Amino acid sequence: MTSLLRVFVAFLLLGSAACGGGGGDSRESAAPVEVSNPVDPTTAASLKGSIKLEGTPPAAQTINRRSDPYCEQQGAASTQNFVVSDGGLQNVFVYVKDGLGDLKFPVPSTPVTLDQRGCTYLPRVFGIQAGQPLEILNSDETLHNIHALPMNNREFNRGQALKGLKYTHVFTTPEVMLPFKCDVHNWMNAWVGVLNHPFYSVSAQGGTFDIKNLPPGTYTIEAWHEKLGTQTQMVTVGPKETKELSFTFKL
Amino acid sequence: MLLHLYALLVAFSTAVLIFAGGLVTSTGSGLSVPDWPTTYGWFMFTFPLEKMVGGIRFEHTHRLIASTVGFLILVLAVWLRVAEPRRWVRQLGYLALAAVIAQGILGGITVLWYLPDPISIAHASLAQLVFCLTIAVALTTSPGWKHAYAGRALASDDRTLRTIAIATTALVYLQILLGATMRHTDAGLAIPDFPLAFGHVLPPSWDAKIAVHFAHRVGAVIASLFAIATAGHVFFHHRSRPELWRPSTLLLGLLATQITLGALTVLSQKHYIINSLHVVTGACVLATSLVLTLRANRGALAGSTEGDRAAGSEEQDPAYGSRADARTVRRAGPIGPAGPADPRRTGSVGPADRMRSARGRA
Repeated sequence: MTSLLRVFVAFLLLGSAACGGGGGDSRESAAPVEVSNPVDPTTAASLKGSIKLEGTPPAAQTINRRSDPYCEQQGAASTQNFVVSDGGLQNVFVYVKDGLGDLKFPVPSTPVTLDQRGCTYLPRVFGIQAGQPLEILNSDETLHNIHALPMNNREFNRGQALKGLKYTHVFTTPEVMLPFKCDVHNWMNAWVGVLNHPFYSVSAQGGTFDIKNLPPGTYTIEAWHEKLGTQTQMVTVGPKETKELSFTFKL
Repeated sequence: MLLHLYALLVAFSTAVLIFAGGLVTSTGSGLSVPDWPTTYGWFMFTFPLEKMVGGIRFEHTHRLIASTVGFLILVLAVWLRVAEPRRWVRQLGYLALAAVIAQGILGGITVLWYLPDPISIAHASLAQLVFCLTIAVALTTSPGWKHAYAGRALASDDRTLRTIAIATTALVYLQILLGATMRHTDAGLAIPDFPLAFGHVLPPSWDAKIAVHFAHRVGAVIASLFAIATAGHVFFHHRSRPELWRPSTLLLGLLATQITLGALTVLSQKHYIINSLHVVTGACVLATSLVLTLRANRGALAGSTEGDRAAGSEEQDPAYGSRADARTVRRAGPIGPAGPADPRRTGSVGPADRMRSARGRA
């Protein structure tokens, strides 16, 4: 019995020695350096610009929503593939694709909300940081399923049968763009750009966009549209500089 | 007779289920109910009707029909167990039950795993086997199988017909597998024109989807040629056997319908009704070819059931069913050259008959 106890203690000692030996390596390769905010506000630059559309977009089609009486009661809805106002194209995701190097940025704990309202996703196109919570809300008095179809993240498909239900999900890996669909209402689509930094924007009315608090440097900026694909431009911004940038998509 | 009628009902219900499954795929509703076996957390049968909206109408209805068909097949298997003296027919029922259970599980898995292509294709393919099994039970419990044309089948053992009919059924099933692969890999419009492919006889460029789609078209031609050859053989050599020329005629009719639906599926940009009709008509082509094959192999199948007797089965005559069935046939008098006086029907099988049976099994 005593010899058994000795062997057991010897194994314990060996085990603890082995663990101690490996601990240094894991600390070295562990978590990234804590960063409160690597952007110096005194030198921060910004990008402003607009997305133009050349050519006549296809006319919006009325969506037949008779398959769900609730959705039909919400009024007529039309396709949102091309939302153009004043020659500017809305719902274009503009982001820094390259140029930030190894900079790490804090991840906001405030959730981004994707609302299912009026049998439509609001917003249709949006951005989020990897690790930031995404709160998916059903504001409709009908059922929705929220089905994410990522390439690099984990796929999920959640049912939300009642109004007010929320589901929070965290995407861990950058991915541009990650689509959502509702299989109950096949006209409902949304896209999210998951990034490891906060330098993105979605073009608003008139096609305008705005990326703030950018560290001075040279960047590849990409603009993504759900039907027209992507365009990239190189841009260099100096300290406190605001640079104008324009993308033109052609039909 | 009641069992046969019930088996027909089960087979018809299975065809309806296949159509409902086709609607689910054609409308892209497969994931509109994200959970399984529950529906949005409800027990399947208590899900409120007013919540059956959008894609849920197709997916949940498919689940309800599937559950009903599963129950019907369970009853069929139990009924066969109680009332059917032929062991191999009982086994068909058990197999149908096992297949429909596996089918339900595959359906659940494919939802929970977000419709992976191999599982979805397996689900579509097994559905056809379940249908074939219910058709086989309906056929082998029919009075015709037991009495009306049995004698003729035993008398005229047409090896060519047996071979070509089996080949046709196998090819139709392979063609359905190709179709399922095409549907579930979203290759249905990979070649957007018909009958040409991008304006050519052969597609000018290739990728996996175009290859699957084109293979389905080539498969249609091959399966059609075999079906026409089978029907032609029947019309030429067995004009006096309605149990063969009737399904042959039906096979040709269904084949023409199926090819038309296939073309319309492409030309209508995969309209969901046309697409689903194409799926269920394919199943009917397979079932008809199977019926023709089984009837063409009627004599061989009778021979292969001799083991029942050896195993102490209650059957008086494995070829004709139960003692009661045999009595009915005897009362009805001779039927063709192998009527009740045929030694096979009284249980005394001679060496020549055994040889013929052995050939049939081969």
